[in-house]
This record gives sequence, structure tokens and C-alpha cells, in this order.
Amino acid sequence: MFSLDAKMAWRNLWRNPRRSILTLAAIAFATLLLVFMLSWQFGSYETMINAAVKGSTGHLQVQARDYHEKKEMEMVIDDPEAVAALIESLPEVTAFTFRGAAFALAASEERTYGTAILGIDAQRENRVSELKARVRDGHYLQGDEGYTAFLGGILAANLRVVPGDEITLLGQGRDGSVAATAVTVSGTFRTGQDIIDRATLYLRLEDFQETFAMAGAVHQIVIVGRTLDAVPRIKAALQSGIARLGRDRELVVLDWSELAPGLLQSIKLDLVSGFIFYLILIVVVAFSILNTFLMVVLERGREFGVLLAIGVTPQRLSRLLLLESAALTALGLISGILLGSLVTWYYQVHGIVFSGASEMLRQFGLPERIYPRLSLLSIAVGAGLVFVITWLTALYPAGRVKRISILEAMKQ
Amino acid sequence: MKMVLCRGLRKIYRQGKMDVVALDGIDLAIGKGEFVALAGPSGSGKTTLLNLIGGLDRPDEGEIHLQDQLINDMDQSRLAELRLRQIGFVFQAFNLIPVLSATENVEFILLLQGVEAGERRQRARAILDDVGLEGLYDRRPAELSGGQQQRVAVARAIVSDPAIVLADEPTANLDSTTGQGLLEMMKEMNEKKRVTFIFSTHDAMVMDYARRLILLHDGRIVEDRQKEGK
Repeated sequence: MFSLDAKMAWRNLWRNPRRSILTLAAIAFATLLLVFMLSWQFGSYETMINAAVKGSTGHLQVQARDYHEKKEMEMVIDDPEAVAALIESLPEVTAFTFRGAAFALAASEERTYGTAILGIDAQRENRVSELKARVRDGHYLQGDEGYTAFLGGILAANLRVVPGDEITLLGQGRDGSVAATAVTVSGTFRTGQDIIDRATLYLRLEDFQETFAMAGAVHQIVIVGRTLDAVPRIKAALQSGIARLGRDRELVVLDWSELAPGLLQSIKLDLVSGFIFYLILIVVVAFSILNTFLMVVLERGREFGVLLAIGVTPQRLSRLLLLESAALTALGLISGILLGSLVTWYYQVHGIVFSGASEMLRQFGLPERIYPRLSLLSIAVGAGLVFVITWLTALYPAGRVKRISILEAMKQ
Repeated sequence: MKMVLCRGLRKIYRQGKMDVVALDGIDLAIGKGEFVALAGPSGSGKTTLLNLIGGLDRPDEGEIHLQDQLINDMDQSRLAELRLRQIGFVFQAFNLIPVLSATENVEFILLLQGVEAGERRQRARAILDDVGLEGLYDRRPAELSGGQQQRVAVARAIVSDPAIVLADEPTANLDSTTGQGLLEMMKEMNEKKRVTFIFSTHDAMVMDYARRLILLHDGRIVEDRQKEGK
């Protein structure tokens, strides 16, 4: 059973149905757009983070202290198996692998290029990155094929090598000695990111450790968790575990945002520019609502005068108007949330294809089909923003009602 | 105890650069259960006097007492409370809340007074029956004739048993038959419920119904006499 005040507010809304519907549509449209756009942003961030995680960084890495900034060969994780045992005990970790990283000159018969050399555990690497799926020619590294190399397609083209050809590597070992070896090309890969495809060469970890005098050490332990949300918990558990091992002065745990700070910054920048756009959108809607309610105050002056004369307090009159505003806003919000969720859900299932921009997206390791992600957060933030702004807007005309002179109003 | 007591009331309005004296030294006392007509030509001060008695406006000079309470100095919220509890209003037209039914319009006053829902409905319907609107409870103002709307306004004015009902030219927008019907009903309510009625008019037929006629001219009382009402 609705109160008389609620009935009045509801019926007043439909005294001028066209105007109310237009205002309602403006609120609904703004809400729809916000729900969709925020879901789109959150979805694309997740895609970007996952691309970075699967492409290189993992969710987390254990490294020697300062290695991330200095990348010096001698900053290594000795006895990585001890840390691995700790990682294996964490239930939210789905996979991890060891990596060694160095810089070397790679020379074919015809050419020489500077190259990033990564030593990987071929089996374990499969579970943390999609490298194996990127094979273009030949095949991925195999456990029983010693001294083979799996390199970027552009690098292979530049060196003019194909699978089966030999490459000589010349660099510096962990101990400062000369690191030199010859490897056979097992295959080439294409990630679509030119910067990787042009300058990356993978070796089996044991070959890398032998060549670069690593003495069983590695540079990174790359970890993938069950979900992105689990990252902080895994990080905390690892940090305390490393402290228990007494190696917390030597080793650090870095999460994806520390490993790829540029990614976090670009997400923040995108969020800020998105919010500026949303604010502009909401301000336009706010003016529409302001117009509606100012018209109400002007049109119903005599009615308000009569209400005040018979003993309605200005505060109650103001509350009645706010109730009308709340009813209109609630209707607009509910319609907007429903429609916005439907539209977002459709694209969450089917994705949005950016066929024209696929090359650009590939450079950032992103797929050409991106999926928005509907969440309580995207609904709540969008609808909440619209609610707050429309409510603030309705306060002005509702406040004006309090200053109405009864006699002036009744002359209308 | 007097229902209304006015002493030395003066009210001046500023129109452009000119001061217009709307009321010029009104002394007046009205007792319980009186049925009073304030008569006079346009601009004589009838509506201004009603507005002052009803606490809708403030005098520039003088005092107004309603049931021995001085209302000049009351703040807006106390005046609103006074209007709600002690005064019923009937205006010329457009008295009612258009989105509420006849019953709801009457109930609204009781709602403001904090009367519980069941009792509100019962009292509203009973008073609508009293003013001759049986069966029209759920009609909105737009579905009622002008006379019926004014009857709803009277029902709303008296439903909470106010000390006084102020009616500003209540028949001005009605034809003479409907106007007569409304006046007879108001008189019946006055006699049955002992509600004090003060209404303004410049219509001779309406004046005939009053038992006390106060004639105003240029903001002054020029005649105040008891008479036989119709």
C-alpha cells in the first residue's frame, strides 16, 4: 500500500507524460551508456592484463632484489627449487616456470643482430604463456633436443635463417666470462608484437644455464594464479614464505602492475579520460532533469500556493518534489540498468571485433575481438554516478519551492 | 473568547512607486459559530483582510488574535501549523490537488495532521456525504463540476473541525443555482457543526445568506450589522 505522498508523486509524474518519458529516457540512456562503457573498459583492461600475463610477465614473479630495474646477469635466484617448493604449496597458484635472461649477439652465416636470450623450461613455460601456440615455422623447443633455438619470425628473417640452420651466440656469462655457443634453429614464432618478434630468442633453460655460467640459478620465477583477484593473496603468502626461508633480503615478489607499470598507468589514464567523458554526459542529463523540475515549479505555482495555504510546510512540499524526482530517477535507472545489462551481456557473449584495428591491437598483444565484462561494479558505478548527479540536480528546484511566497503563487 | 479579534489593522501594498492602502485601521471581533460575509467592491480590502486573518500575510500595523493567540509574530512554521489545525480555506477556484481523488483531497488534511489511514478514509467519506457528494468519492477534480469541486473544498476545509473557515469568493466561478446550493450547504455545516464561516463576496445574493454583513470600502469597515440570513 503506497502512502498518499507516494501516490501524489507517481501521479504527478504522468501529468505531462511526454516530458516525463523524455526525461526518463535521458536518464535511462545515460545509465545504459555508462553500464556498457564501464563494462567495456573493465573487460578490455582484463584482456590487456591477461595478454601481458600470458605474453611475458605472468601474474607475479620472484626475482633477485633490484634485478627488475638493473637487469644485471649476476642478480640471480640461487637454488630456485627451494622457492619452487614454496610456490607449489600455494593452492591458488595454477602454474609457474623458471626463466633466465641475457643479452647476446646472434650471428648467422650472413648477419649479426643483438638479441634478448631467454632460457625457458619448455614444458613448464607452456602452462604460463602461449609461446608454443605462436609457432610459425618448424617446431617449439623440445626437451630432448639440446642446443636448439626458437626465435622471433622477424629476427629469423633478418638473420636469413630457417629451421635447421645454425646460429652462433656471443654474450657475457653470469661470472663475467665470455658466453659463446652455437645453436640450431628449431622453429620461429610470431606474436604480432614486432618488438618481441624482432629481438627474442628462446633456449632450453639447461642450455642457457650452461652457456651463461648460471650454475643452476635463474633470473625469474614466473607465476600464474587462478584469477587476477588472487594475486594479492598469493603475493602476501609468497612474501611471508620467502621470509621464513630467510631469503627476504635477497629476493622480492613483484606483481603484474610492478612488472608492467606502463600497463597500469595506461589503465589509469583510460579510466580518468573515461570518467571525464561520463561526467560530461551526466551533466547534459542533469540539465534535462533540471529543466523538467524547474518547469514543474513554474507550472504548478498556484497548486503549491494552495498546498502551503492549507498547512503543508515548505519542507514537506520540497520532500514531495524530491519524491517525484526520486521516482523518475528510479524508473530511468532501472530501465537503464536492464537495457545496459542486456546490451552488455550480448557483447560479452559475442564480443566486438575491431577488424580495422587488428594490426594495431596485435602490437599490444591484444586479440581483435574484445569482450566487455558485466559486473556489479560496472553497474553500481554507472548507476550510482547518474543517481548522485540527478539527485543533486533535483535539490535546486526542490529548494526553490521552500522560498515560494504563498500569495504570489496563488496569483498565478 | 472571540474566534477572531482584529485591532487597528493596516496593510499597505507598494505598486510601482505608489503606496496603496489596502486596509486602514480595521477593528473587528467575530465570535464562535458566526456566519459572516465580508462585502464590498473590488479593491475594498476583503481578500487582504481574509489573508491576514488566515495567516497568509502579515499586517503592517495592528494585531490579529485567533482564539486569543496573537498570530502577527508567529514564524512560518507556526503559522503553517495554525493554518493546518485551526483554519479551513476555500478559494475561488483551483482549490484541489488535481492528481488526488475527492476522498484523497479531503484525506490529505487529515494525513498532514497525523490521523491514521483507516480513520482518515472514514472521516473523509462521511464529510463528503455531508456536503452531498455521496458516490463521487473516487472522482478526480477534472471529473467533477465546478460546484462539486467547491463542495470538496468545503469538505476539506471542515473535515478536521477547524475553529474557522475562510472562503474567498467561493461562488465567484459558479452559476447562481450552483452558488446557492453551495451557500446552503455551507450554512448547514455552520449550523450543524457550529463552524465559524467568514466569506468574502461582492454578490448581493451571497450577502443575503449571511447573518452578519461587514461592508468594506477603501480598506475601512463602513457598515457592520447583524441580519436575518436566508
